[in-house]
Amino acid sequence: MTKVLLDPTGERSVPHRERLPRPASFDGQVVGLLDISKPRGDVFLDRLEHLLTEAGAVVRRYRKPTFTKPAPVDLRQEIATQCTLVIEALAD
Amino acid sequence: MTQPNAPVLPDGLVVFVKRECETCRMVAPLLSAFPVHVITQDDPAFPDNVAAHLDGNLALSWHHDIETVPTLIRVVDGHEVERTEGWLRSDWQRITGIAALGDDLPVMRPGCGSMSVDPDLADGLAAAFGGNVLKSRRLELADLDDEMEAMFDRGFTDGLPVVPPTEARVLRMLEGTHREPHEIVAVVPPDLVPVTVEKVAVNAVMAGCKPEYLPWVIAAVEAVCTDEFNIHGVLATTMPVGPVIICNGPGTKAIGMNGGGNALGQGNRANLTIGRAVQLVVRNVGGGRPGEVDRATHGNPGKISFCFAELEDSSPFTSLSASRGFTANDNTVTVFAGEGPRCIVDQKARTAEELANAFAACLRTLHSPKLVLAFDAVLVVGPEHARVFADDGWDRDRLLAELHARLQLPGSELVVGAGGIADGVPEHLKDHTLPKFRPDGILLVHAGGGAGLFSAMIGGWANGSTGSQPVTWRVNERSER
Repeated sequence: MTKVLLDPTGERSVPHRERLPRPASFDGQVVGLLDISKPRGDVFLDRLEHLLTEAGAVVRRYRKPTFTKPAPVDLRQEIATQCTLVIEALAD
Repeated sequence: MTQPNAPVLPDGLVVFVKRECETCRMVAPLLSAFPVHVITQDDPAFPDNVAAHLDGNLALSWHHDIETVPTLIRVVDGHEVERTEGWLRSDWQRITGIAALGDDLPVMRPGCGSMSVDPDLADGLAAAFGGNVLKSRRLELADLDDEMEAMFDRGFTDGLPVVPPTEARVLRMLEGTHREPHEIVAVVPPDLVPVTVEKVAVNAVMAGCKPEYLPWVIAAVEAVCTDEFNIHGVLATTMPVGPVIICNGPGTKAIGMNGGGNALGQGNRANLTIGRAVQLVVRNVGGGRPGEVDRATHGNPGKISFCFAELEDSSPFTSLSASRGFTANDNTVTVFAGEGPRCIVDQKARTAEELANAFAACLRTLHSPKLVLAFDAVLVVGPEHARVFADDGWDRDRLLAELHARLQLPGSELVVGAGGIADGVPEHLKDHTLPKFRPDGILLVHAGGGAGLFSAMIGGWANGSTGSQPVTWRVNERSER
């Protein structure tokens, strides 16, 4: 006889999304730098902003209210509508 | 009284009987005296004086909640309007409208248990007929599959075996709450999946809960999924924290929780399985698994389960839940993002002053003796330590005030580099006095065994609105049916 159990999961199937191709150059790209509000993340992002600007990118800076929670929806939408690329600083 | 989607009973009078029942055999001769639809549970030839419909799979009996035979029901326009169980002559005479019915029989004779509530059959019937209320995907295992191994193979467990969640077990678990199976309890991070009462019940079965624990599990799931508690961050952090669940109220005794000896340890089913069920919901429904969104460097054993009751009866202090705005009659869970417990030893202090000094010295070291204000703590005062404070007339407020006063620390000892320790507060604070804890940053709980001059402290995680706030949540008990 077949045994029947109930699935304890949320029963979600996660869609697979392909990564975008790497851009050939930074010319004309708007790069968002997201500071997650961990100490010294700004040091890392300041350096990146300098390098990216030199390479021809337009840099925009963003900041999460707290590193302990996901970025608010409004912030994610703001970045998505204003930028072509995004870099998130994760490290302390 | 009648289950949803029940097969409709014919209009008029309907009686449920079985041959095995002596009371049924006693009333059987009466059944040819008036028009009645007879439904027999065990023998199509019973009663032999009227035609009977055999309820072979007990579908009619189960759906119409027949608990006793005989049960006489009057049906009008497909709806039951009255019923009587067993033989009560006055009821039978009223319902049939026959004044002299059974005048030669005793006034009253109790019936027998309906086959639909036979303990050997009830779970199977509930699964067969009630299973359609369960919406979870069915996992079909082959005969040769080992259920326990199948649960491991699918990644459903926390590393320990789980109780396989069969339909019958989940239906039985749902008896522990008055809430509907499809009702949404919370949205569970990190995948932000809405969790139903049914899914909580599935995971509670797996954790080993009894049905009466389910309202506590639901309350704890609701509490950890609030924005204040922030289970997403608690899960994702590299620090070794998980939800510590502290239960208050008379219900803790009703379900047999332990707030006494070894309260924070093993051996009590309610303590262990309530905490475990909450973690399984986060794992299975929310998708929070170690090595994925859970990035803990070390973790701690309490991330399997860390749940205990406050020992309220013998406490000289007002309870944790009372200090957070609830009454002594409220059943509550308080969830705290905490690490494992650490013992505070002082076997010599005989005055409250001395013992508070020892507590403060230990609490100062929480996470690091040089880090202040960033972390809350649960202080679990053992009964023998509590007595020392009570003997000197210290209540909860006094003890907390005395501890906070002793934990005002000189900035010079806390700044970066002080004591040869790199970590610390910025140099410009060296002339300030800084508190180790924010004003409500120590949660005092009374628990533990009657012997041992020990207490325990449980360090927290990033506190306040940027981290995790302790949350106290009322437990909604099962309503009386």
